[in-house]
Amino acid sequence: MNEPSPVVEVRGLVKDHGERQGRVRAVDAVDLEVPQGQTLAVMGPSGCGKSTLLHLLGGLERPTGGEVRLAGRRVDTLSERALARLRRRSVGFVFQAFHLVEELSAAENVELPALLAGRSRREARRSANLLLERVGLAGRARHLPSQLSGGQRQRVAIARALANEPLVVLADEPTGNLDTAATLEVLRIFEDLRSAGQTLVIVTHDERVSATADRLISMRDGMFVDDTRMVGSGIGSGTGSGWLGGLVGLEG
Amino acid sequence: MQDAVLAMLAKEPAHGYNLRARLQRSLGPLGESMNPGQIYVTLARLEKAGLVVCERAGGLPERPERKVYALTPAGQQRVAAWLAEVGWPKPDLAEFHLKLAAAAAARLADPVELVAAQRRELLRRLREVQRAALNEPAGSRAGLLLEGVVLRLQADLRWLSACERAWSGNDDEAEDA
Repeated sequence: MNEPSPVVEVRGLVKDHGERQGRVRAVDAVDLEVPQGQTLAVMGPSGCGKSTLLHLLGGLERPTGGEVRLAGRRVDTLSERALARLRRRSVGFVFQAFHLVEELSAAENVELPALLAGRSRREARRSANLLLERVGLAGRARHLPSQLSGGQRQRVAIARALANEPLVVLADEPTGNLDTAATLEVLRIFEDLRSAGQTLVIVTHDERVSATADRLISMRDGMFVDDTRMVGSGIGSGTGSGWLGGLVGLEG
Repeated sequence: MQDAVLAMLAKEPAHGYNLRARLQRSLGPLGESMNPGQIYVTLARLEKAGLVVCERAGGLPERPERKVYALTPAGQQRVAAWLAEVGWPKPDLAEFHLKLAAAAAARLADPVELVAAQRRELLRRLREVQRAALNEPAGSRAGLLLEGVVLRLQADLRWLSACERAWSGNDDEAEDA
């Protein structure tokens, strides 16, 4: 099997916030490769630099030092204009607070990135309908965000993130505002994306989210302190699922 | 309890009262619920099992406490196995807490590594339950039970994060617990 080239590649990435004495190193000399199809979760306490890392990967912020490559292409040196185009076409963002346009319907929100990328109205509409179907919201296409539950709004946001078939979807605390049922809905969609080969990087506090990833990185003070592969060998001793019965009192 | 006592002896041979004091210091208010004689019962069992040997300390005949306990090779092996073990679903918090303290005191293992191993194991299990939960239709009763398991695992994972923070960077002040 050929080793596919990483979708995301980062070398010696550094990001400082603030000036002079007030300067804080948010990301401290980080190296990272995310291969095609991997779901990577990044966990860590507030202020550990995980959101900044995500912003650097998606070209929302520029690094102080180091390199960022998307599908082999250097992005940290791009002009503002080229960077904006890259963000629109190659990166899908999902935020904790959904960031939908409140005046637009679910379908119109999902169409927006395709239109901005220069696709025809008809094409954008067609793909928005397919995407809403994919996230289980075909029947809500005409609803305004205010008419949708939190979980539904986040699903619209995910559909929007997928509009231009991005190289990578970057999600910042995607379940941060959601209850258990809505979290499960979102995790089901991520699982579906994962099996479709979508590359995903998720920054999260939620162990439920990180437990479903292929790989989990823990960050502290701008650095990676743990890197765990969740698939394949190396995790646990494989004691089987008998433990579950024991836990809920069904033993013996 | 037996394992924790054995691990405390990994640092150096000790008297029963000394072990009891160290246990109580590690456990804080939770240690007060310990029966005063429990340590001696435990030591007697461990001796019978061939995991510790008891020697009479010389001198001071007026002191009633003259027994010094030490690990046998079998006891040392048992300690090593206990440290490497990542047990669950019987998350005995006190046992894990004592394991970290004993590992640090005797420099047997890096507590942060023990926490990381336990964390990986819990994440693996959380992944398993989460997968099962995702396969349940919305609103299913079985899903509700799985949710209970998820919440317990999350609580344990959060406590492990606290353990990791507390033990990272202060390995030189690991008391003599």
